[in-house]
Amino acid sequence: MRYAYYPGCSAESTARDMHESTLAVAKALGIEMVEPKGWTCCGATAGHQTDRILAASLPAASLVKVKDMGLDMVVNCAACYNRMKMANNEISTDSEIRTSVCDAIGRDYDGSVNVRHFVEVLLKDVGLETIKKAVKHSLKGLKVACYYGCLLVRPPKVMKFDDPENPTSLDKLVKVIGGESIDWSGKVECCGGGLSLTRTDVVVDLTDSILGMAQKAGADCIAVSCPMCQVNLDLRQQDIKKQTGRDYEMPIVYITQLLGLSFGISPDKLGFKKLMVPASNILEKVAQNSNE
Amino acid sequence: MTITIRKTKKSDRLKEIVEQLSGADLSICLQCKKCSSGCPVNKQTVSRPSEIMRRLHLNAGDELLESDIIWTCVSCETCSTRCPMGIEVAAIIDALRKLALERKASKQKGNVPLFNKAFLKTVEIFGRTYEIAMIAAYKLGTGKFMNDTEKFPTMIKKGKISLIPSLHGDRKIVRRIFKKTKENKGAKV
Ligand code: SF4
Ligand code: SF4
Ligand code: SF4
Ligand code: SF4
Repeated sequence: MRYAYYPGCSAESTARDMHESTLAVAKALGIEMVEPKGWTCCGATAGHQTDRILAASLPAASLVKVKDMGLDMVVNCAACYNRMKMANNEISTDSEIRTSVCDAIGRDYDGSVNVRHFVEVLLKDVGLETIKKAVKHSLKGLKVACYYGCLLVRPPKVMKFDDPENPTSLDKLVKVIGGESIDWSGKVECCGGGLSLTRTDVVVDLTDSILGMAQKAGADCIAVSCPMCQVNLDLRQQDIKKQTGRDYEMPIVYITQLLGLSFGISPDKLGFKKLMVPASNILEKVAQNSNE
Repeated sequence: MTITIRKTKKSDRLKEIVEQLSGADLSICLQCKKCSSGCPVNKQTVSRPSEIMRRLHLNAGDELLESDIIWTCVSCETCSTRCPMGIEVAAIIDALRKLALERKASKQKGNVPLFNKAFLKTVEIFGRTYEIAMIAAYKLGTGKFMNDTEKFPTMIKKGKISLIPSLHGDRKIVRRIFKKTKENKGAKV
């Protein structure tokens, strides 16, 4: 299995842990990930809040590079994944947009690169059976709230990722490595990631409510697959504590970190030290399980 | 709720322009308010997506561009997903943001346009985002440099913020995109 892997800018900074754990998990499962040379930023929310052509052209710059490679594009950041798919959709369904985009990138591009989320590759191409065979340490007894946020599932017409109101992809992965994926109502609530720096008041409110739901449902941790959700839910716990006195101490981990742990990869190689709220409860549980 | 429409001079074309920019058909809105009830920021805003729909349909003028939902909206797409008529409500908000910038509607709390500008500027220069430069540009612009900065030392130590920008991206193609977008009188970035 060979894919063009688009890490996204945050892989080089805030989400280095996601990047490292993704590559480690891919390696363990025999998935080959090739970075397209010279990939560039997808423009994120700022792009599409500013201009429709800019919003489609920035992803297209990287998509056209993947087209040359003749591979499927694999993305892990939900935000990048969303922008790539939306751009492909705009370019392939609207000829005027396609013309402007091609003019902007200086090349022809038809919107045809198959863009896939890493979780989808794990479920569909690798398969749960193979993943199960790779498990060395079970996550037995670990209660995980899977959080999908917005960009992975919405808009469903374009994303076609999972059920938009009750997705289960991450839950399936948690279960296959022995963890307990809990039922909770915050799965697709928005954490306000895009407003993190501009309207901290709004973000503190939204993250407080999501963390509260997970805690109430008895979660030991929240599993995510988007760097913006991770940073937002992880970092804002300090602000919530300051403003409301509520101290969640809820570890926010990437699904790839959990998978890696269960495959027996060392926590250091999975970026566990980079988490703001330490995930010691998870590491203890895994150590305990493997001693049994 | 009663909606009062104040007509302003430029009012005549707001509805058509929004429909054209977003590709959405405003006339099929049922006013069921599903979009507003699922909107995550509905506690923080006075105006709601369904109200925007109604106002546009009733031919509201530029005063609509001052609505707080325009810059509080987090583009989560919940409204578009849940609308029973399949209206791309989030795309309509995107269109209003563009118009608000073009027609210089008053700045709002949080200054999202400034943030977007800072973000896109670093992308234009480096080809990829570079947080330190972006955050500095934004914070200096708002004059509230100290908010959040207490988290920097830990984030830098944990490698969550990189001190040097990545220069591996294809900067040529990105600059071309920005140049072309400006030429086409698109984004004012
Ligand atoms: S969404 Fe964020 S991480 Fe992904 S490419 Fe765009 S800026 Fe970079
Ligand atoms: S960071 Fe928050 S706003 Fe962005 S996709 Fe994730 S859940 Fe949605
Ligand atoms: S959900 Fe759709 S139909 Fe209902 S009020 Fe909102 S835009 Fe109108
Ligand atoms: S996209 Fe904007 S308006 Fe629509 S539900 Fe989300 S925050 Fe509300």
